[in-house]
Amino acid sequence: MPKLTIDGQEIEVAPGTSILQACEQMGIEVPRFCYHERLSVPANCRMCLVEVEKSPKPVASCAMPAGEGMVVKTDSELVHKARKGVMEFLLINHPLDCPICDQGGECDLQDQAVAYGFDRGRYAENKRAVRDKNLGPLIKTIMTRCIHCTRCIRFMDEIAGVPVLGATSRGEHMEITTYIEQGVNSEMSGNLVDVCPVGALTSKPYAFTARPWELRKTETIDVMDAVGSNIRVDTRGPEVMRVLPRLNEDVNEEWIADKTRYSHDGLKRQRLDRPYVRGQDGKLRQASWAEAFATIRTKLAGLPGTAVAAIAGDLADCESTVALKDLMAKLGSPNLECRQDGAKFDASKRAGYIFNSTIAGIERADAILLIGTNPRWEAPLVNARIRKRYLQGGLKVVASVGPNVDLTYPVKHLGAGGDTLAELAAGKHEFLEVLKGAERPMVIVGMGAFQRPDGAAVQHAARAVAESVNAIREDWNGFNVLHTAAGRVGALDIGFLPGEGGRDLEGILTGCASGEIGFVYLLNADEIDGAAFGNAFVVYQGHHGDRGAHRADVILPGAAYTEKSATYVNTEGRPQQTRLATFPLGEAREDWKIIRALSAELGQTLPYDSLTQVRRRLAEMNPVFAAPDRVTPAKWGAFGKKGKVDGGHFVSPVTNYYMTDPISRASVTMAKCTETFLKPALPAAAAE
Amino acid sequence: MLRDEDRIFTNLYGFESPFLDGAKQRGDWEGTKELLDLGREKIIELVKESGLRGRGGAGFSTGMKWSFMPKKTDGGPVYLVINADEGEPGTCKDREIMRHDPHKLIEGCLIAGFAIGATACYIYIRGEFYDEGSNVQRAIDEAYAAGLIGKNACGSGYDYDIDLHRGRGAYICGEETALIESLEGKKGQPRNKPPFPAMAGLYSRPTTVNNVESVAVVPTILRRGASWFAGLGRPKNSGTKLFCISGHVNEPCTVEEEMGIPLKELIEKHCGGVRGGWDNLLAIIPGGSSVPVIPKEICDTVLMDFDSLREVKSGLGTAAVIVMDKSTDIVKAIARLSKFYMHESCGQCTPCREGTGWLWRVMDRMVKGQARVEEIDMLLDVTKEIEGHTICALGDAAAWPVQGLIRHFRPEMEKRILDYRARADRGGARMAAE
Repeated sequence: MPKLTIDGQEIEVAPGTSILQACEQMGIEVPRFCYHERLSVPANCRMCLVEVEKSPKPVASCAMPAGEGMVVKTDSELVHKARKGVMEFLLINHPLDCPICDQGGECDLQDQAVAYGFDRGRYAENKRAVRDKNLGPLIKTIMTRCIHCTRCIRFMDEIAGVPVLGATSRGEHMEITTYIEQGVNSEMSGNLVDVCPVGALTSKPYAFTARPWELRKTETIDVMDAVGSNIRVDTRGPEVMRVLPRLNEDVNEEWIADKTRYSHDGLKRQRLDRPYVRGQDGKLRQASWAEAFATIRTKLAGLPGTAVAAIAGDLADCESTVALKDLMAKLGSPNLECRQDGAKFDASKRAGYIFNSTIAGIERADAILLIGTNPRWEAPLVNARIRKRYLQGGLKVVASVGPNVDLTYPVKHLGAGGDTLAELAAGKHEFLEVLKGAERPMVIVGMGAFQRPDGAAVQHAARAVAESVNAIREDWNGFNVLHTAAGRVGALDIGFLPGEGGRDLEGILTGCASGEIGFVYLLNADEIDGAAFGNAFVVYQGHHGDRGAHRADVILPGAAYTEKSATYVNTEGRPQQTRLATFPLGEAREDWKIIRALSAELGQTLPYDSLTQVRRRLAEMNPVFAAPDRVTPAKWGAFGKKGKVDGGHFVSPVTNYYMTDPISRASVTMAKCTETFLKPALPAAAAE
Repeated sequence: MLRDEDRIFTNLYGFESPFLDGAKQRGDWEGTKELLDLGREKIIELVKESGLRGRGGAGFSTGMKWSFMPKKTDGGPVYLVINADEGEPGTCKDREIMRHDPHKLIEGCLIAGFAIGATACYIYIRGEFYDEGSNVQRAIDEAYAAGLIGKNACGSGYDYDIDLHRGRGAYICGEETALIESLEGKKGQPRNKPPFPAMAGLYSRPTTVNNVESVAVVPTILRRGASWFAGLGRPKNSGTKLFCISGHVNEPCTVEEEMGIPLKELIEKHCGGVRGGWDNLLAIIPGGSSVPVIPKEICDTVLMDFDSLREVKSGLGTAAVIVMDKSTDIVKAIARLSKFYMHESCGQCTPCREGTGWLWRVMDRMVKGQARVEEIDMLLDVTKEIEGHTICALGDAAAWPVQGLIRHFRPEMEKRILDYRARADRGGARMAAE
């Protein structure tokens, strides 16, 4: 443990700590541009120079390990002179366009110039100009502003694992570029905007729309996948202007995926802002809340509970889900389903449907087996964690049974489908030896493995694999399910599943076709083909005019995730709460309130009048809700159904990363991404 | 003056065959096995005793550098890398060695590699040295064929491979860590130190990077004895050295001389004197383009070695002596060097990337006098902002020539500025009168 003196104070730091990190531990701020704590250290900006006694030259503190007995000065004449010099050099070729720069107000260069800049320029020569690059629909470039810190190159190489950026030419002609012009085809590319310390890489959709100081910042949770990334939503008036990541080491660190960051323009399109009722002519017409509720009451009158069904969709929050479950119970309906994609798995044990190792736990695993999943598209941040683990070294292998795709790290592809899994489960596959030899083996099962008739058998087989390789122990649970829907785990925790004698999705849909089900309540459920509901009366509650609303007989306008305070449980089983950033549109209301109001209309008033009361009910239902933001470890037990695993291939449920839910499907930016990045690769029909 | 029998590079001018037959006649590869039998520690000790300082420019003790290599490794590869990317303007010493005496280098590579415990050696040669590269390659092939290197080199039981790698002509790739990057197939950009190459160099393995001349003299030092080499020159600046004299002398040449020879004697004896006589001398850059220029008054008396030149705020560098007589536009000469450094800056770190361009643009105006007198001080200040703040020494190398110019030729710069202004004023007055 080296002990050193910084600005007259002694500090003892862990071996390998840099001087800059030691300074940070003491609360001494050292200016920097190229240094980023999650990236490698090139020490090229030279802004963090400090004086070290006995060293003839100032030292780049970010790259110099703290040594025993070092005497460091961060505030001396020499240091100030050096930093002022570097700042002057950075500014001589930097354009004076701060007033029209989107980075203005949150620019590292601007901030540091206040501290270390001169009050006038001495550079009387012509400034450099650099041609802008086309990096696709997400990243706008103004390359003249670039200060060559190379954070973007390192981010793409190290974190995203898509090494398409580099620097060409030498000296002052050095340019950041993709060389042969192409978009930055990564699901993590939006983070470039955050890592760029100046305005060279900015958000293209956000360009010239707002200044940071006019925005109201709301800390909330993302619902575009089941990771539950922590985000900050910046709003101006009723409009969401942009989405930024928020630090949470356990979930998303400081990154977010592109769909999380850029799909918010979908919140402004295709919105349901008032109730609709389908008229005699078969067309939807605007209606009042009272009218909509009255129509539902009329339809439900006389229907037995068994003829009523409810489906909770991917974006349904826990508050409305629990309210709907309670209402269905009052109506006597056992037909509840939250797996609108038809995934079949046994949800009787919580350990059987959550990501038990936790996302941060990936960093402790030393062998990973993926079953029926493409994490790069289903949960880019989980994939980024696996890549991080891979880069740390010591990860023996990542193997995959299922889609054979580029995951940005080497993957041993064992097979495409059930055959291989069956072999593994039966103990006949040689790869088991690798898993057995690992200290902390991890099995990650994706929805692609469950969305088939033998899903429960697949689950059983996956459990058998995990148990046979000693992945389930007191100190380690290596069985993981990677969900794709933000609302899924919450609904499972609530138990929004077929009750005694109830029908599952398949049963509900056959019921609809045969006429046994006369009434279906869709809560944010948009992934089912409308024709499947036959002649049943369909109520759709949600915020977008997507598939569900098209089929609905009554539409109840709900709130999107930025418009309500609601609970979502991520794939790890971590309940997190969104916060209201803007108010629901028009006559739309927060979702649980709609169900509460409907229940009163139906004469089945639910026993809660406030959010606090609903949340108390949630905690009553399942104690995990009493501990928001934490993962409550789940007890292991037997789950799944012993049976034959069909040999068919596992197919990832995500065929287009950029469009997976009503919000991203309504987003123009996501449409552009699909056009740019996927259309060349997709068959014509799938791209449409 | 160096006696003929003390010369190391006896075929510097290519009068004899550069290849194995000629080399053996000159005494190379004689008893190499016995030299290796001295053992690692003994060889390093002898080289330390000889006082050999690195011939690449920095003048760091070669034996000391070798002793930084780990004594015990994990059994993985350890590399010796030879820096043959001789790109310093004015310098043409390694080229002569590789062209006319490549076996001195190859034998040196074997002994140096053995001393540092290397498993293989890479010679990184400047791409423009096409024929020199071919000669080195032929020498390597001959040495392999004769069993001098490769498996059981010289019958010593030591396995050692040498590989030649041609660079692509970037000056920065002569910086040792940039050279390593380039050798690894990456963009040639210097690395941060620490870690030093001795800890993590080529492919993150322990590596020593040596200049061609430093390595090529080692076999002779070991044969003739460390005390012989240490006895030449002055204390701490011992041995012989190749000097490359170019510019306004009657007979430009590369010559082996004793360290510490007076600059004047070097030029008068070997180059036929300065064009138009010693009194026609304006200034000399004594060690390649990156060291500060010295005016005639200093040239009169200065000795050519590391410490003497440092005392006059210049440096021996690569011992490339660039002579300029009174016909030289000294401002333009230095401005040309500024342009060179701007062109060759790798662009990685800020002060050098931005500063070298700034220096050249101001220098370009200074040539015409199209500047203000205060800008001379600003120029000096800019060089100080570059110096010592960069990852590698290219920033310093860009700053020093300009500093040297301002230190010794400030009146010339001022005069030019005033003349330009006077001309401009007269022009203005004439126009007003018309």
